[in-house]
Amino acid sequence: MTTPRFRALRPLLLLVVAAWIVLPLLPLPLWSWSGGWRWPDVLPEQWSGRAWGYVLSPTAQALPALLTSIVLGVVVTLVALAAGVPAALALGRRQFRGRGAVELLVLAPILVPPLTVAMGVQVLLIRVGLADTAPGVVLVHVVFALPYVVLILAPACAALGPEWEQQARSLGAGAWRAFWHVTLPMLRPSLAVAALLAFLGSWSQYALTLLVGGGQVWTLPLLVFSAARSSDPALTAAAALLFIAPTVVFLFVAARNLDQRDGGVGVL
Amino acid sequence: MAPRTRFNPTMITWLLLAPCLMLLCSLFLGGLLFGVAQSLGLWSVVDVGGPTLAFYRVVLGSDEFSQSLGLTLYVAAVSTLLATIASFPLALLLRQSFRGTRLLRLLVQLPLPVPHLVAAIGIGLLLTQSGLLPRLLYAAGLITAPQQFPTLVYDRGAVGIILTYVWKEIPFITLVTLAALRASGEEAERVARNLGATPLQVLWHVTLPLVAPALLGAATIVFAFTFGAFEVPLLLGQSYPRMLAVEAYARYQDTDLATRPTALALNTMIALCTALAVPPYLWLLRRSGGGAPGQALETR
Repeated sequence: MTTPRFRALRPLLLLVVAAWIVLPLLPLPLWSWSGGWRWPDVLPEQWSGRAWGYVLSPTAQALPALLTSIVLGVVVTLVALAAGVPAALALGRRQFRGRGAVELLVLAPILVPPLTVAMGVQVLLIRVGLADTAPGVVLVHVVFALPYVVLILAPACAALGPEWEQQARSLGAGAWRAFWHVTLPMLRPSLAVAALLAFLGSWSQYALTLLVGGGQVWTLPLLVFSAARSSDPALTAAAALLFIAPTVVFLFVAARNLDQRDGGVGVL
Repeated sequence: MAPRTRFNPTMITWLLLAPCLMLLCSLFLGGLLFGVAQSLGLWSVVDVGGPTLAFYRVVLGSDEFSQSLGLTLYVAAVSTLLATIASFPLALLLRQSFRGTRLLRLLVQLPLPVPHLVAAIGIGLLLTQSGLLPRLLYAAGLITAPQQFPTLVYDRGAVGIILTYVWKEIPFITLVTLAALRASGEEAERVARNLGATPLQVLWHVTLPLVAPALLGAATIVFAFTFGAFEVPLLLGQSYPRMLAVEAYARYQDTDLATRPTALALNTMIALCTALAVPPYLWLLRRSGGGAPGQALETR
């Protein structure tokens, strides 16, 4: 692979990949600050803060959407970890009958699209009075975050092995204390990744919130979509940037920390 | 704290699994089953007098369905194929270290946290006939009017939808493949080279088989994902034919409530098709071995 000819091609390859990755994102900042952008200008001929001014004004309801998205993401992450960690311990460390069926069920929400579940679940939630409420939305978001949490933590639990916990137990710690003070801290890097994915999953979820929230739960993806439907590109771009900025920053900071601390358990 | 002898190991296992299984059984399986029931006319808003396959007959017999299914299979297959073909060499490139690797790795990760909705908006603003790309082509002197740029969004070929997915999924497949490449090491490749294999032979007979389970596993996810595509075609797709999930949603929101069971029939078929991919995916996940599945999903 590392023939001289190939090596000479590398800068070109780098350029192609960079252009491919950046081009679809490039119109967003340009449009969001544009005050007028006629064909065939490559850059807007006028810059303006109009779109940002509108998106950040009370009429756009971006602040409530941002708040709802954050709270929803945090609660979903906590619930998914609370249910996912014990399941990962069981799948990572214990042999039991019925394991195949459990694995199939845990994996299924990764492949079966949320929308197909959302329509049926709506009837279910109406019956228990959770339709069109935030707790109902949290629950369905959790269902689609759980598989990622379990799939990351189960191999981590398996790799950790029971030895550390046994050592703590032999020194007199109870099962709960051994878990809380020994196992959980050692799982921290994987827990961070799992939490990040759960949060990101909830943050980007559109179809589930739309159907189960019934318009009562107003999150950023709903705001971005309604902006996209308004056929005002400046407004759409500003809303889209508001939506991705926190996640991009967050992910890069997290990936960096994980890389430094734990030797590459992070994204790369 | 109860003495250890009170609980037998099996009971502890199922207690640990209980919260997760309760959530998945009630909301995931429950949601699916309620959907199936409604598609059969049970618990329906309109009384149809008992279970019936009538709604499936309506859906399967309609022109919209065969067109939607064709479009959906086409988008899913082309997106998956393109993303997979591009990802393998990119993973090989990222495995090496050279000037600019760090920057390249950072760039490749960039689409991961970007939601599909935003990717679709970006692709839309880039590729419409007055978008950024035609403007750049004009500046380069390659076109002289917007009409000379091909229609790539709201188009028959669904190019905008496919490009959005390819853009979003290449980093995912690449990082999964890279994790598998790193896990398998370069030992086998070195041995093959020392035994006189050409670089191409090494690539085809050693490297590719080593990462195949990871690559195919990621491709399976991408296929299922694009098969159930919703937001992206809702933004960038034609109004007819629509992709299956968009069609199902439109029927679900129809003001005529009698249409709703047909939405759920359509839904049930989407769910069944994607659920068929779960066992092979589990198999591939196991084949890709040890820490790889976990690592693989970290990138999702």
